[in-house]
Amino acid sequence: MVFLMKIGVIAIQGAVSEHVDALKRALAERGEDAEVVTIKHKGIVPECSGIVIPGGESTTLCRLLAREGIAEEMKEAAAKGVPILGTCAGLIVLAKEGDEQVAKTSQELLGIMDTKVNRNAFGRQRESFEAELELEILDSPYSGIFIRAPAIVSCGPDVKVLSRLDGFIIAAEQDNVMALSFHPELTEDMRIHQYFLDKVFTYIRPN
Amino acid sequence: MDFEKLRHGTELIKRGFAKMQKGGVIMDVTNPEQAKIAEEAGAVAVMALQAVPADIRKEGGVARMADPEIVQQIIDTVTIPVMAKARIGHFVEAEIMEALGVDMVDESEVLTPADPFYHIDKTQFTVPFVCGARNLGEALRRINEGAAMIRTKGEAGTGDVSQAVKHMKQIQGEIRELAGKTREELIMVARDIEAPIELVIETGQMQRLPVVNFAAGGVATPADAALMMRLGADGVFVGSGIFKAENPEKMAKAIVEAVNNYDDPAKLAKISKGIGSGMKGISVDTIPKEEALQERGW
Repeated sequence: MVFLMKIGVIAIQGAVSEHVDALKRALAERGEDAEVVTIKHKGIVPECSGIVIPGGESTTLCRLLAREGIAEEMKEAAAKGVPILGTCAGLIVLAKEGDEQVAKTSQELLGIMDTKVNRNAFGRQRESFEAELELEILDSPYSGIFIRAPAIVSCGPDVKVLSRLDGFIIAAEQDNVMALSFHPELTEDMRIHQYFLDKVFTYIRPN
Repeated sequence: MDFEKLRHGTELIKRGFAKMQKGGVIMDVTNPEQAKIAEEAGAVAVMALQAVPADIRKEGGVARMADPEIVQQIIDTVTIPVMAKARIGHFVEAEIMEALGVDMVDESEVLTPADPFYHIDKTQFTVPFVCGARNLGEALRRINEGAAMIRTKGEAGTGDVSQAVKHMKQIQGEIRELAGKTREELIMVARDIEAPIELVIETGQMQRLPVVNFAAGGVATPADAALMMRLGADGVFVGSGIFKAENPEKMAKAIVEAVNNYDDPAKLAKISKGIGSGMKGISVDTIPKEEALQERGW
Protein backbone atom coordinates (compact mmCIF):
# COMPACT_ATOMS: atom_id res chain seq x y z
CA MET A 1 0.00 0.00 0.00
CA VAL A 2 1.24 3.45 -0.91
CA PHE A 3 1.62 5.81 1.98
CA LEU A 4 -0.11 9.07 1.16
CA MET A 5 0.93 12.08 3.17
CA LYS A 6 -1.88 13.94 4.91
CA ILE A 7 -2.28 17.67 5.26
CA GLY A 8 -5.09 18.70 7.58
CA VAL A 9 -7.32 21.77 7.68
CA ILE A 10 -8.99 22.48 11.01
CA ALA A 11 -12.68 22.28 10.09
CA ILE A 12 -14.48 23.60 13.13
CA GLN A 13 -15.77 26.65 11.33
CA GLY A 14 -14.78 29.30 8.76
CA ALA A 15 -13.02 29.29 5.38
CA VAL A 16 -12.32 25.55 5.40
CA SER A 17 -13.20 24.55 1.84
CA GLU A 18 -11.24 27.55 0.50
CA HIS A 19 -8.07 26.31 2.22
CA VAL A 20 -8.70 22.72 1.10
CA ASP A 21 -9.11 23.91 -2.52
CA ALA A 22 -6.05 26.16 -2.28
CA LEU A 23 -3.90 23.31 -0.93
CA LYS A 24 -5.10 20.97 -3.68
CA ARG A 25 -4.34 23.61 -6.32
CA ALA A 26 -0.90 24.27 -4.83
CA LEU A 27 -0.14 20.53 -4.71
CA ALA A 28 -1.21 20.11 -8.33
CA GLU A 29 0.99 23.06 -9.32
CA ARG A 30 4.05 21.35 -7.93
CA GLY A 31 3.01 17.93 -9.18
CA GLU A 32 2.93 16.41 -5.70
CA ASP A 33 0.39 14.03 -4.30
CA ALA A 34 -1.00 14.33 -0.78
CA GLU A 35 -4.34 13.81 0.85
CA VAL A 36 -5.97 16.99 2.14
CA VAL A 37 -8.19 16.09 5.08
CA THR A 38 -10.50 18.11 7.29
CA ILE A 39 -10.07 17.99 11.06
CA LYS A 40 -13.28 18.15 13.05
CA HIS A 41 -12.49 15.72 15.80
CA LYS A 42 -9.77 14.31 17.95
CA GLY A 43 -7.45 11.70 16.45
CA ILE A 44 -6.70 13.22 13.04
CA VAL A 45 -4.06 15.81 13.96
CA PRO A 46 -1.42 13.17 14.89
CA GLU A 47 -1.66 11.71 11.35
CA CYS A 48 -0.98 15.04 9.63
CA SER A 49 2.35 16.31 8.26
CA GLY A 50 1.04 19.83 7.94
CA ILE A 51 -1.90 21.67 9.52
CA VAL A 52 -3.81 24.80 8.53
CA ILE A 53 -5.95 26.81 10.95
CA PRO A 54 -8.32 28.78 8.73
CA GLY A 55 -10.00 32.12 9.20
CA GLY A 56 -13.30 32.17 11.01
CA GLU A 57 -14.39 33.48 14.37
CA SER A 58 -11.56 33.01 16.84
CA THR A 59 -13.89 32.98 19.86
CA THR A 60 -15.81 30.08 18.35
CA LEU A 61 -12.70 28.29 17.10
CA CYS A 62 -10.88 28.39 20.44
CA ARG A 63 -13.94 27.20 22.32
CA LEU A 64 -14.58 24.25 20.07
CA LEU A 65 -10.92 23.27 19.69
CA ALA A 66 -10.80 22.86 23.45
CA ARG A 67 -14.23 21.18 23.68
CA GLU A 68 -13.39 18.66 20.95
CA GLY A 69 -9.96 17.89 22.43
CA ILE A 70 -8.06 19.08 19.34
CA ALA A 71 -6.21 21.85 21.20
CA GLU A 72 -3.90 19.44 23.07
CA GLU A 73 -3.10 17.50 19.90
CA MET A 74 -2.19 20.73 18.14
CA LYS A 75 0.28 21.65 20.86
CA GLU A 76 1.91 18.23 20.59
CA ALA A 77 2.12 18.46 16.77
CA ALA A 78 3.71 21.91 17.00
CA ALA A 79 6.30 20.65 19.49
CA LYS A 80 7.08 17.73 17.17
CA GLY A 81 7.89 20.16 14.35
CA VAL A 82 4.83 19.67 12.16
CA PRO A 83 4.42 22.79 9.95
CA ILE A 84 1.38 24.84 10.94
CA LEU A 85 -0.16 27.78 9.08
CA GLY A 86 -2.68 30.01 10.88
CA THR A 87 -4.57 32.63 8.89
CA CYS A 88 -6.61 35.46 10.45
CA ALA A 89 -8.44 33.77 13.34
CA GLY A 90 -5.68 31.15 13.16
CA LEU A 91 -3.15 33.85 14.07
CA ILE A 92 -5.09 34.46 17.30
CA VAL A 93 -5.53 30.77 18.07
CA LEU A 94 -1.75 30.21 17.81
CA ALA A 95 -0.84 33.15 20.07
CA LYS A 96 0.30 33.08 23.63
CA GLU A 97 -1.45 36.20 24.78
CA GLY A 98 -4.47 38.19 23.67
CA ASP A 99 -5.76 41.69 24.27
CA GLU A 100 -8.65 42.67 26.56
CA GLN A 101 -11.11 41.61 23.82
CA VAL A 102 -9.69 38.10 23.91
CA ALA A 103 -9.59 38.10 27.71
CA LYS A 104 -13.23 39.22 27.81
CA THR A 105 -14.36 36.00 26.18
CA SER A 106 -11.86 33.85 28.11
CA GLN A 107 -10.62 32.24 24.90
CA GLU A 108 -8.20 29.40 25.40
CA LEU A 109 -5.32 30.30 23.10
CA LEU A 110 -2.94 27.51 22.09
CA GLY A 111 0.18 29.52 23.01
CA ILE A 112 2.20 27.84 20.26
CA MET A 113 3.74 31.12 19.11
CA ASP A 114 5.42 33.60 21.42
CA THR A 115 3.14 36.41 20.32
CA LYS A 116 0.69 38.91 21.77
CA VAL A 117 -2.24 39.73 19.50
CA ASN A 118 -4.87 42.39 19.03
CA ARG A 119 -8.15 40.68 18.05
CA ASN A 120 -9.56 43.31 15.69
CA ALA A 121 -6.47 45.45 15.11
CA PHE A 122 -7.88 46.95 11.94
CA GLY A 123 -11.45 47.53 13.15
CA ARG A 124 -14.87 46.19 12.21
CA GLN A 125 -16.08 44.84 8.86
CA ARG A 126 -16.56 48.28 7.28
CA GLU A 127 -12.83 48.91 7.88
CA SER A 128 -11.85 45.59 6.27
CA PHE A 129 -9.61 46.05 3.24
CA GLU A 130 -7.42 44.72 0.46
CA ALA A 131 -3.86 46.03 0.18
CA GLU A 132 -0.62 45.36 -1.64
CA LEU A 133 1.94 43.96 0.82
CA GLU A 134 5.67 43.45 0.94
CA LEU A 135 6.51 40.06 2.44
CA GLU A 136 9.98 38.99 3.47
CA ILE A 137 9.46 35.53 1.98
CA LEU A 138 8.19 36.71 -1.44
CA ASP A 139 10.15 38.63 -4.04
CA SER A 140 7.25 40.73 -5.34
CA PRO A 141 4.19 42.40 -3.75
CA TYR A 142 1.31 40.27 -2.54
CA SER A 143 -2.36 41.29 -2.44
CA GLY A 144 -3.56 40.73 1.13
CA ILE A 145 -7.21 40.41 2.10
CA PHE A 146 -7.92 41.63 5.62
CA ILE A 147 -11.33 40.83 7.13
CA ARG A 148 -11.91 42.14 10.67
CA ALA A 149 -8.26 41.24 10.81
CA PRO A 150 -6.19 40.64 13.92
CA ALA A 151 -2.48 41.45 14.17
CA ILE A 152 0.52 40.67 16.32
CA VAL A 153 1.41 43.60 18.58
CA SER A 154 4.56 42.15 20.10
CA CYS A 155 6.57 38.95 19.96
CA GLY A 156 9.43 37.11 21.57
CA PRO A 157 12.97 36.77 20.16
CA ASP A 158 12.26 33.43 18.47
CA VAL A 159 9.60 34.95 16.23
CA LYS A 160 10.67 36.22 12.83
CA VAL A 161 8.64 39.15 11.52
CA LEU A 162 7.78 38.73 7.82
CA SER A 163 5.70 41.87 7.25
CA ARG A 164 4.34 44.92 9.01
CA LEU A 165 1.45 47.27 8.30
CA ASP A 166 0.63 50.43 10.21
CA GLY A 167 2.87 49.44 13.11
CA PHE A 168 1.35 45.97 13.43
CA ILE A 169 3.00 42.67 12.58
CA ILE A 170 0.80 41.03 9.95
CA ALA A 171 2.95 38.01 9.06
CA ALA A 172 5.41 36.11 11.22
CA GLU A 173 6.96 32.71 11.69
CA GLN A 174 8.50 30.83 14.55
CA ASP A 175 10.36 27.74 13.32
CA ASN A 176 7.68 25.44 11.89
CA VAL A 177 4.73 27.72 12.68
CA MET A 178 3.51 30.64 10.59
CA ALA A 179 0.77 33.19 11.28
CA LEU A 180 -0.88 35.68 8.90
CA SER A 181 -3.40 38.46 9.54
CA PHE A 182 -4.84 38.07 6.06
CA HIS A 183 -6.48 35.39 3.90
CA PRO A 184 -4.29 33.70 1.26
CA GLU A 185 -7.11 31.17 0.69
CA LEU A 186 -9.35 33.86 -0.82
CA THR A 187 -6.98 34.74 -3.66
CA GLU A 188 -5.73 32.99 -6.78
CA ASP A 189 -2.12 33.74 -5.78
CA MET A 190 -0.71 30.42 -4.53
CA ARG A 191 2.67 31.66 -3.30
CA ILE A 192 1.87 31.54 0.41
CA HIS A 193 0.45 28.03 0.21
CA GLN A 194 3.53 27.01 -1.81
CA TYR A 195 5.78 28.45 0.89
CA PHE A 196 3.86 26.42 3.48
CA LEU A 197 4.11 23.28 1.34
CA ASP A 198 7.88 23.85 1.05
CA LYS A 199 7.99 23.55 4.83
CA VAL A 200 5.75 20.48 4.80
CA PHE A 201 7.91 18.65 2.25
CA THR A 202 11.09 19.62 4.06
CA TYR A 203 9.53 18.22 7.23
CA ILE A 204 8.72 14.82 5.72
CA ARG A 205 11.82 14.62 3.51
CA PRO A 206 14.53 16.19 5.65
CA ASN A 207 17.25 15.42 3.11
CA MET B 1 2.36 52.27 4.06
CA ASP B 2 0.02 54.36 1.97
CA PHE B 3 -3.42 54.07 3.53
CA GLU B 4 -5.00 55.73 0.50
CA LYS B 5 -4.28 52.47 -1.27
CA LEU B 6 -6.40 50.31 1.01
CA ARG B 7 -9.45 49.07 -0.85
CA HIS B 8 -12.57 48.82 1.34
CA GLY B 9 -15.92 47.17 0.68
CA THR B 10 -14.84 45.25 -2.41
CA GLU B 11 -16.85 42.22 -3.47
CA LEU B 12 -13.99 39.99 -2.31
CA ILE B 13 -14.02 41.61 1.15
CA LYS B 14 -17.82 41.40 1.44
CA ARG B 15 -18.13 37.80 0.24
CA GLY B 16 -15.02 36.91 2.23
CA PHE B 17 -16.67 38.08 5.44
CA ALA B 18 -19.62 35.76 4.75
CA LYS B 19 -17.22 32.86 4.12
CA MET B 20 -15.72 33.34 7.57
CA GLN B 21 -19.16 32.57 9.04
CA LYS B 22 -19.37 29.15 7.38
CA GLY B 23 -20.01 26.17 9.60
CA GLY B 24 -21.29 28.50 12.27
CA VAL B 25 -24.50 29.50 14.00
CA ILE B 26 -25.78 33.08 13.93
CA MET B 27 -28.23 33.84 16.72
CA ASP B 28 -31.00 36.43 17.02
CA VAL B 29 -30.63 38.57 20.14
CA THR B 30 -32.60 41.52 21.44
CA ASN B 31 -30.30 42.82 24.18
CA PRO B 32 -26.67 42.68 25.38
CA GLU B 33 -27.41 39.92 27.93
CA GLN B 34 -28.68 37.60 25.21
CA ALA B 35 -25.73 38.54 23.00
CA LYS B 36 -23.38 37.48 25.77
CA ILE B 37 -25.15 34.13 26.11
CA ALA B 38 -24.88 33.59 22.35
CA GLU B 39 -21.16 34.39 22.34
CA GLU B 40 -20.55 32.11 25.33
CA ALA B 41 -22.31 29.28 23.51
CA GLY B 42 -20.00 29.64 20.51
CA ALA B 43 -22.15 31.60 18.04
CA VAL B 44 -20.09 33.02 15.14
CA ALA B 45 -22.18 36.19 15.09
CA VAL B 46 -25.31 37.68 16.58
CA MET B 47 -28.24 39.29 14.80
CA ALA B 48 -29.50 42.33 16.70
CA LEU B 49 -33.20 43.00 16.41
CA GLN B 50 -36.05 44.67 18.29
CA ALA B 51 -38.00 41.49 18.97
CA VAL B 52 -37.49 37.87 17.91
CA PRO B 53 -39.68 36.85 14.96
CA ALA B 54 -42.07 34.83 17.16
CA ASP B 55 -42.89 38.03 19.08
CA ILE B 56 -43.06 40.15 15.92
CA ARG B 57 -45.61 37.67 14.60
CA LYS B 58 -47.63 37.77 17.82
CA GLU B 59 -47.56 41.52 18.31
CA GLY B 60 -48.31 42.56 14.73
CA GLY B 61 -47.96 46.21 13.71
CA VAL B 62 -45.03 47.60 11.74
CA ALA B 63 -41.70 45.93 12.48
CA ARG B 64 -38.73 48.26 11.96
CA MET B 65 -34.96 48.20 12.51
CA ALA B 66 -33.79 47.71 16.10
CA ASP B 67 -33.24 50.67 18.43
CA PRO B 68 -29.72 51.99 17.59
CA GLU B 69 -29.08 52.38 21.32
CA ILE B 70 -29.54 48.65 21.88
CA VAL B 71 -27.55 47.75 18.76
CA GLN B 72 -24.70 49.92 20.05
CA GLN B 73 -24.82 48.20 23.44
CA ILE B 74 -24.67 44.80 21.76
CA ILE B 75 -21.70 45.93 19.62
CA ASP B 76 -19.93 47.09 22.78
CA THR B 77 -20.67 43.85 24.63
CA VAL B 78 -19.47 41.10 22.29
CA THR B 79 -16.28 40.48 20.30
CA ILE B 80 -17.96 38.42 17.56
CA PRO B 81 -19.53 40.19 14.56
CA VAL B 82 -22.86 41.92 15.05
CA MET B 83 -25.45 41.83 12.27
CA ALA B 84 -28.71 43.80 12.26
CA LYS B 85 -31.87 43.84 10.18
CA ALA B 86 -33.15 46.62 7.95
CA ARG B 87 -36.52 46.64 6.21
CA ILE B 88 -36.65 45.54 2.56
CA GLY B 89 -35.90 48.63 0.45
CA HIS B 90 -35.18 50.84 3.48
CA PHE B 91 -31.67 51.97 2.54
CA VAL B 92 -31.61 54.61 5.26
CA GLU B 93 -32.14 52.02 8.00
CA ALA B 94 -29.27 50.11 6.40
CA GLU B 95 -27.10 53.26 6.35
CA ILE B 96 -27.84 53.84 10.03
CA MET B 97 -26.80 50.28 10.86
CA GLU B 98 -23.63 50.71 8.80
CA ALA B 99 -22.87 53.98 10.60
CA LEU B 100 -23.22 52.22 13.97
CA GLY B 101 -20.53 49.74 12.91
CA VAL B 102 -22.75 46.73 12.27
CA ASP B 103 -20.72 44.09 10.39
CA MET B 104 -23.48 42.81 8.10
CA VAL B 105 -27.00 44.04 7.32
CA ASP B 106 -29.86 41.59 6.87
CA GLU B 107 -32.38 43.08 4.43
CA SER B 108 -35.12 41.06 6.00
CA GLU B 109 -38.67 39.97 5.24
CA VAL B 110 -39.15 39.54 8.99
CA LEU B 111 -39.50 43.33 9.18
CA THR B 112 -42.28 45.17 7.38
CA PRO B 113 -41.10 46.01 3.82
CA ALA B 114 -40.52 49.73 3.19
CA ASP B 115 -40.62 49.55 -0.61
CA PRO B 116 -43.21 47.55 -2.55
CA PHE B 117 -41.04 47.34 -5.69
CA TYR B 118 -37.33 47.60 -4.99
CA HIS B 119 -34.82 45.98 -2.72
CA ILE B 120 -31.84 48.03 -1.49
CA ASP B 121 -29.04 48.64 -4.02
CA LYS B 122 -26.49 46.85 -1.89
CA THR B 123 -23.58 47.59 -4.22
CA GLN B 124 -23.60 51.16 -2.84
CA PHE B 125 -22.60 50.03 0.64
CA THR B 126 -19.26 49.21 2.24
CA VAL B 127 -20.94 46.82 4.67
CA PRO B 128 -21.97 43.42 3.27
CA PHE B 129 -25.61 42.27 3.13
CA VAL B 130 -27.42 38.99 3.64
CA CYS B 131 -30.85 38.47 2.03
CA GLY B 132 -33.52 35.80 2.17
CA ALA B 133 -34.56 33.67 -0.81
CA ARG B 134 -37.04 30.90 -1.53
CA ASN B 135 -35.79 29.89 -4.95
CA LEU B 136 -32.84 30.33 -7.31
CA GLY B 137 -34.27 33.33 -9.14
CA GLU B 138 -34.79 35.24 -5.92
CA ALA B 139 -31.29 34.31 -4.68
CA LEU B 140 -29.59 35.43 -7.90
CA ARG B 141 -31.57 38.69 -8.05
CA ARG B 142 -30.37 39.51 -4.53
CA ILE B 143 -26.78 38.60 -5.44
CA ASN B 144 -27.07 40.82 -8.51
CA GLU B 145 -28.14 43.68 -6.22
CA GLY B 146 -24.98 43.10 -4.21
CA ALA B 147 -25.90 40.57 -1.49
CA ALA B 148 -22.76 38.84 -0.18
CA MET B 149 -24.68 36.05 1.51
CA ILE B 150 -28.00 34.28 0.96
CA ARG B 151 -30.18 32.54 3.51
CA THR B 152 -33.36 30.59 3.02
CA LYS B 153 -36.41 32.54 4.10
CA GLY B 154 -38.09 29.60 5.73
CA GLU B 155 -40.96 30.84 7.86
CA ALA B 156 -39.49 32.89 10.67
CA GLY B 157 -40.86 32.76 14.19
CA THR B 158 -42.70 29.48 13.76
CA GLY B 159 -40.21 26.92 15.04
CA ASP B 160 -41.40 24.87 12.05
CA VAL B 161 -38.42 23.96 9.90
CA SER B 162 -40.46 22.72 6.92
CA GLN B 163 -40.22 25.94 4.89
CA ALA B 164 -36.47 26.26 5.35
CA VAL B 165 -36.19 22.66 4.10
CA LYS B 166 -38.43 23.44 1.16
CA HIS B 167 -36.46 26.55 0.16
CA MET B 168 -33.07 24.87 0.53
CA LYS B 169 -34.14 21.89 -1.57
CA GLN B 170 -35.78 24.16 -4.13
CA ILE B 171 -32.59 26.23 -4.61
CA GLN B 172 -30.34 23.18 -4.77
CA GLY B 173 -32.67 21.33 -7.11
CA GLU B 174 -32.70 24.29 -9.46
CA ILE B 175 -28.89 24.46 -9.37
CA ARG B 176 -28.63 20.75 -10.23
CA GLU B 177 -30.96 21.28 -13.17
CA LEU B 178 -28.49 23.80 -14.64
CA ALA B 179 -25.82 21.13 -15.02
CA GLY B 180 -25.31 20.01 -18.61
CA LYS B 181 -27.47 22.72 -20.13
CA THR B 182 -26.26 24.55 -23.25
CA ARG B 183 -25.77 28.30 -23.27
CA GLU B 184 -29.05 28.88 -25.07
CA GLU B 185 -30.88 26.69 -22.59
CA LEU B 186 -29.32 28.65 -19.73
CA ILE B 187 -30.47 31.89 -21.33
CA MET B 188 -33.97 30.44 -21.37
CA VAL B 189 -33.67 29.52 -17.67
CA ALA B 190 -32.43 33.02 -16.83
CA ARG B 191 -35.49 34.47 -18.55
CA ASP B 192 -37.85 32.09 -16.77
CA ILE B 193 -36.49 32.69 -13.29
CA GLU B 194 -35.87 36.42 -13.92
CA ALA B 195 -32.20 36.30 -13.04
CA PRO B 196 -29.11 37.69 -14.81
CA ILE B 197 -27.68 35.28 -17.36
CA GLU B 198 -24.06 35.69 -16.14
CA LEU B 199 -25.05 34.59 -12.64
CA VAL B 200 -27.08 31.67 -13.97
CA ILE B 201 -24.07 30.46 -15.99
CA GLU B 202 -21.68 30.95 -13.05
CA THR B 203 -24.00 29.07 -10.70
CA GLY B 204 -24.41 26.23 -13.19
CA GLN B 205 -20.65 25.88 -13.60
CA MET B 206 -19.88 26.05 -9.88
CA GLN B 207 -22.91 23.89 -9.00
CA ARG B 208 -23.53 26.12 -6.00
CA LEU B 209 -24.54 29.73 -5.37
CA PRO B 210 -21.68 32.19 -5.97
CA VAL B 211 -22.03 33.31 -2.33
CA VAL B 212 -22.41 31.53 1.00
CA ASN B 213 -25.88 30.04 1.55
CA PHE B 214 -27.22 29.67 5.10
CA ALA B 215 -30.41 28.12 6.42
CA ALA B 216 -32.89 30.31 8.29
CA GLY B 217 -36.53 30.51 9.28
CA GLY B 218 -37.94 27.97 11.70
CA VAL B 219 -34.79 26.22 12.95
CA ALA B 220 -35.60 25.38 16.59
CA THR B 221 -33.59 22.37 17.75
CA PRO B 222 -30.12 20.80 17.36
CA ALA B 223 -31.70 18.21 15.07
CA ASP B 224 -33.22 20.95 12.88
CA ALA B 225 -29.85 22.66 12.58
CA ALA B 226 -28.11 19.38 11.69
CA LEU B 227 -30.84 18.62 9.14
CA MET B 228 -30.19 21.92 7.35
CA MET B 229 -26.45 21.23 7.32
CA ARG B 230 -27.10 17.76 5.90
CA LEU B 231 -29.15 19.41 3.16
CA GLY B 232 -26.09 21.46 2.21
CA ALA B 233 -26.48 24.70 4.16
CA ASP B 234 -23.16 26.49 4.79
CA GLY B 235 -24.34 27.43 8.28
CA VAL B 236 -27.47 28.25 10.25
CA PHE B 237 -29.37 31.27 11.54
CA VAL B 238 -31.43 30.61 14.63
CA GLY B 239 -34.04 33.19 15.51
CA SER B 240 -36.69 32.57 18.11
CA GLY B 241 -35.44 29.00 18.58
CA ILE B 242 -32.95 29.94 21.28
CA PHE B 243 -34.49 32.59 23.47
CA LYS B 244 -37.98 31.06 23.24
CA ALA B 245 -36.61 27.70 24.39
CA GLU B 246 -36.97 26.52 27.97
CA ASN B 247 -33.23 26.86 28.61
CA PRO B 248 -31.59 29.29 26.15
CA GLU B 249 -27.99 28.66 27.35
CA LYS B 250 -28.25 24.92 26.89
CA MET B 251 -30.16 25.20 23.62
CA ALA B 252 -27.64 27.68 22.18
CA LYS B 253 -24.67 25.52 23.05
CA ALA B 254 -26.38 22.36 21.79
CA ILE B 255 -27.23 23.94 18.43
CA VAL B 256 -23.61 25.09 17.96
CA GLU B 257 -22.38 21.57 18.72
CA ALA B 258 -24.99 20.04 16.45
CA VAL B 259 -23.79 22.15 13.52
CA ASN B 260 -20.23 21.02 14.20
CA ASN B 261 -21.29 17.37 14.40
CA TYR B 262 -24.17 17.35 11.94
CA ASP B 263 -23.09 14.08 10.30
CA ASP B 264 -22.69 12.07 13.51
CA PRO B 265 -26.05 10.74 14.80
CA ALA B 266 -24.53 9.27 17.98
CA LYS B 267 -23.08 12.63 18.94
CA LEU B 268 -26.29 14.40 17.96
CA ALA B 269 -28.20 12.08 20.30
CA LYS B 270 -25.88 13.02 23.13
CA ILE B 271 -26.06 16.72 22.28
CA SER B 272 -29.87 16.64 22.21
CA LYS B 273 -30.20 15.15 25.68
CA GLY B 274 -31.15 17.17 28.75
CA ILE B 275 -31.41 20.54 27.04
CA GLY B 276 -35.03 21.24 27.97
CA SER B 277 -37.86 21.69 25.51
CA GLY B 278 -37.60 23.71 22.33
CA MET B 279 -39.87 26.65 21.54
CA LYS B 280 -43.51 25.72 21.30
CA GLY B 281 -43.94 27.12 17.82
CA ILE B 282 -46.76 27.02 15.33
CA SER B 283 -47.26 24.75 12.38
CA VAL B 284 -46.86 26.59 9.07
CA ASP B 285 -50.07 24.96 7.76
CA THR B 286 -52.12 27.02 10.21
CA ILE B 287 -50.73 30.38 9.02
CA PRO B 288 -52.84 32.18 6.42
CA LYS B 289 -50.85 33.05 3.29
CA GLU B 290 -51.25 36.80 3.84
CA GLU B 291 -49.55 36.47 7.23
CA ALA B 292 -46.61 34.44 5.91
CA LEU B 293 -43.40 36.46 6.19
CA GLN B 294 -41.78 34.55 3.32
CA GLU B 295 -44.21 36.16 0.85
CA ARG B 296 -42.50 39.50 1.43
CA GLY B 297 -39.81 40.47 -1.08
CA TRP B 298 -39.69 39.43 -4.72
